[in-house]
Amino acid sequence: MRLPLLALLARGPAHGYELKQDLEQLLGSAYPQPNVGQIYVTLGRLEKSGLIEGEEVEQSSRPNKKIYHLTDAGREALRAWFEEPEDEPRVRDEFFMKLALAPQTGLADQIALINKQRRQYLNTMRNLSKLAAAEDRDNRIAHLLIEGAMLHLQADLDWLERCQEELEELE
Amino acid sequence: MSESPTPLLRAEGLVKTHHGEGAPARAVRGVDLSVVRGEFVAVTGPSGAGKSTLLHLLGGLQRPDGGSLWLDGERTDAYTEARWAVERRKRIGIVFQFFNLVSNLSVADNVELPALLAGVPPRQARAEREELLSELGLAGKERSLPGELSGGEQQRVALARALVNHPPLLLADEPAGSLDSKGTREVMRLLSRFHQRGQTIVLVTHDARLASAADRVISFFDGRIVDDAELDGTPPRRTGISGVLELKD
Repeated sequence: MRLPLLALLARGPAHGYELKQDLEQLLGSAYPQPNVGQIYVTLGRLEKSGLIEGEEVEQSSRPNKKIYHLTDAGREALRAWFEEPEDEPRVRDEFFMKLALAPQTGLADQIALINKQRRQYLNTMRNLSKLAAAEDRDNRIAHLLIEGAMLHLQADLDWLERCQEELEELE
Repeated sequence: MSESPTPLLRAEGLVKTHHGEGAPARAVRGVDLSVVRGEFVAVTGPSGAGKSTLLHLLGGLQRPDGGSLWLDGERTDAYTEARWAVERRKRIGIVFQFFNLVSNLSVADNVELPALLAGVPPRQARAEREELLSELGLAGKERSLPGELSGGEQQRVALARALVNHPPLLLADEPAGSLDSKGTREVMRLLSRFHQRGQTIVLVTHDARLASAADRVISFFDGRIVDDAELDGTPPRRTGISGVLELKD
């Protein structure tokens, strides 16, 4: 959450609730709604580390609100963020361990494990399809997020298929 | 307890072996399957698993070496080629990976032809065609030849052709197999829409995204059904969908 908040502040100063709304609008309903408390906590930490600065603004009928802006150090942190490529996604190692170890335990069948895992992925895939259908068609960023999740799942399913092909031959 | 309704499609012990060059390939090795009216079933599995052969058996495009097939409770074992051709005009619509449109006929004629062959009066065939093409976003393309359209558009024409006679059963063989991501989404959206209106669909695909539009997914490996799962769309335990979508901290 830290760097996305910094990135939103690169446009100009904003308060916590505005940032929550911006994030929701950008990522669409697909993205788990950021918790406003979590946003305030993160903003507090960013301020402590000097990446943003907050300024109390008095409001007549409500408690003061704090408007944050990016510091030079914050802008630098953002640059460094954009500079670095991200790590590759990891194989679901917990499932892989189950698959690898099942035969030795005599407690689970590998093909049954694969089938169970496939059902789980397919159900998630179905939920993603529903989300995509419900999402505003013009929100490209939200659709790309969902599509990314679907393509990852597709790869996981392809890999399950490979496992099944290999392991069924052994039977 | 009332009896369960007659399945629209039922297969028992279907077997099909291809005798080509080299060793015989056992494409379908004893498949039992039942599809009730209104169901949307996807058959997935790796290429070469025999799923297209299975679909061809279900549509009478190939005949099984063993086993039986019932359409709406009626045994098809004795059907002739001519009878199957009639079934495919009236009771079974099929879409293929490569569209299989008649290349020298206009879009309108491609869609109207099966209606005319089924004995629908020309005026009604035209009305059906107009309705389907506009529903599928193809109004204005009637006079085009298939080759002038994008892959996604051609597949929509093929879908209109398959549905023009309101067949109770729609079979789809890798309908997005030669389409890009956008075309795939389009096909998925349309299949879901027709299914919501009650269309029974059996879809063969290796694409899990497409398969997830169905409410039942059959995993097909090496000529056999290895899993048959209802997708209920219940949110999975733990992280599930939000875990999949959550961006990193």
